[in-house]
Amino acid sequence: MHFLSQVAHFISQNWGGPDGFWVRSVNQIELTAAVVAAAALVGIGVGVVLGHTGRGGFVAVNSANAARAIPSLALLTLLAIQPAIGLKGNGFLASFLALFALAVPPILTNAYVGVRNVDADVRSAARAMGMTAPQVLGRVELPLALPLVMAGLRTAAVEVVATATLAAYVSYADLGSFIFAGLNTQNHVQTFAGGFMVAVLALLTDLVLAAAQRAVTPVGLRRGGQAARTRGVGADATTTRRRLRAPASAAGPG
Amino acid sequence: MHVVAHKIPADPLIRWDWVNSNKGVILSAVGQHLELTAIAVVVGFAIALPLAVAAWKVPALRPPLVTVSGLLYVIPSVALFVLIQPITGFFSITTAEIALTSYTLLILVRNILAGLDAVPDQVREAARGMGYTALRELVVVDIPMALPSIFAGLRVATVTTVGLVTITAFIGQGGLGQLIISGFNNNFHSPIVVGLVLSVLLAGALDAALVLAEHVALPWARVERVR
Repeated sequence: MHFLSQVAHFISQNWGGPDGFWVRSVNQIELTAAVVAAAALVGIGVGVVLGHTGRGGFVAVNSANAARAIPSLALLTLLAIQPAIGLKGNGFLASFLALFALAVPPILTNAYVGVRNVDADVRSAARAMGMTAPQVLGRVELPLALPLVMAGLRTAAVEVVATATLAAYVSYADLGSFIFAGLNTQNHVQTFAGGFMVAVLALLTDLVLAAAQRAVTPVGLRRGGQAARTRGVGADATTTRRRLRAPASAAGPG
Repeated sequence: MHVVAHKIPADPLIRWDWVNSNKGVILSAVGQHLELTAIAVVVGFAIALPLAVAAWKVPALRPPLVTVSGLLYVIPSVALFVLIQPITGFFSITTAEIALTSYTLLILVRNILAGLDAVPDQVREAARGMGYTALRELVVVDIPMALPSIFAGLRVATVTTVGLVTITAFIGQGGLGQLIISGFNNNFHSPIVVGLVLSVLLAGALDAALVLAEHVALPWARVERVR
């Protein structure tokens, strides 16, 4: 108990200021937001096009998943010791690139599967109504794929905000800075405080995006159908690393 | 870990002379990496199986188990390593293993439950009709039928753990993570590249081994699995 009260004291004493928890949390969120936005642009774009045309998707999804076996720490440090990259933005660029590689696969996979899994009958019906290919994509395939696209964004964002902690190791000042400074100086209170705040930030990210995911899911899809579909994705598409976010919520009551 | 870096104007991505003279260090890093991974997956499975079976048999246990494991899974690994340190020991292998095991546990519980849920009711009724006891049905019918999902979980858990082990370098363990960190600290490419390539290869090899094991364990699934 004494230890935890020291941690609470440390956090309250170091909340404000340029090196405080607040500024460093904001830094971590900024890095995460930049990475997820860029990865969403690329991942959703490529995933939707592949899903719509149905060509090359298997190769793309599998190579994206295989790329996830690369440890982020290795990619991050490798980029950080490139003089042209490592010195840019106090480690921002190296962190951005390493995290981008982490974020694209789940987004791409989910966007691809989401569009690909649209019922063939629904697609034919849209065509029969006289919709052009872009209309089918924009008015039928994308809205139906949206819940899965959001699930991909949620997975990516949670992984990125968690792994962004490592960016502190290559001198980007975020919540990880408390952890690494604490580890270096054997200041266990500081290390624990950093770890605690990182956990809180990750849980908040997950909660916010879970709410967003629910909000974009059409009411009719919220229970049975969606659960079955997303579970199928988890089993098929995750060939190498980690789960898609969806099975967790699919297994729960909500 | 001691790595000698001779600073030269342009350090190539890999220096084979460094690899050759550090074979022992590299091999022992691979060995430690493999050991940390194997313990986490085996212990995680040993705990996950009874937990999942219990949650499957007793519906009241399921919501808390799923909720707690979902929340735990969101906690970043770096954070978990440092959060349990005050209890499990600073810079200790116990800390590393407990954190790694809890991640494999979460993945496995979820997959075992999904596999058991997918056992068709008719099959279970047929087993009961043949006079199987609940235990016999579980061992002879339910778990074998859940094996594809269990193997899928084992694959994800194993490959994930290989990646997570590198992070334990920060709390003094780490296997290949140690190479990566020493490379960064010395501004030297070779150890990072070796650590990266070997951990990808290790993940791939373990994944392939599990695919093979599944192939052997599920003779009835081979026909439909041909693509």
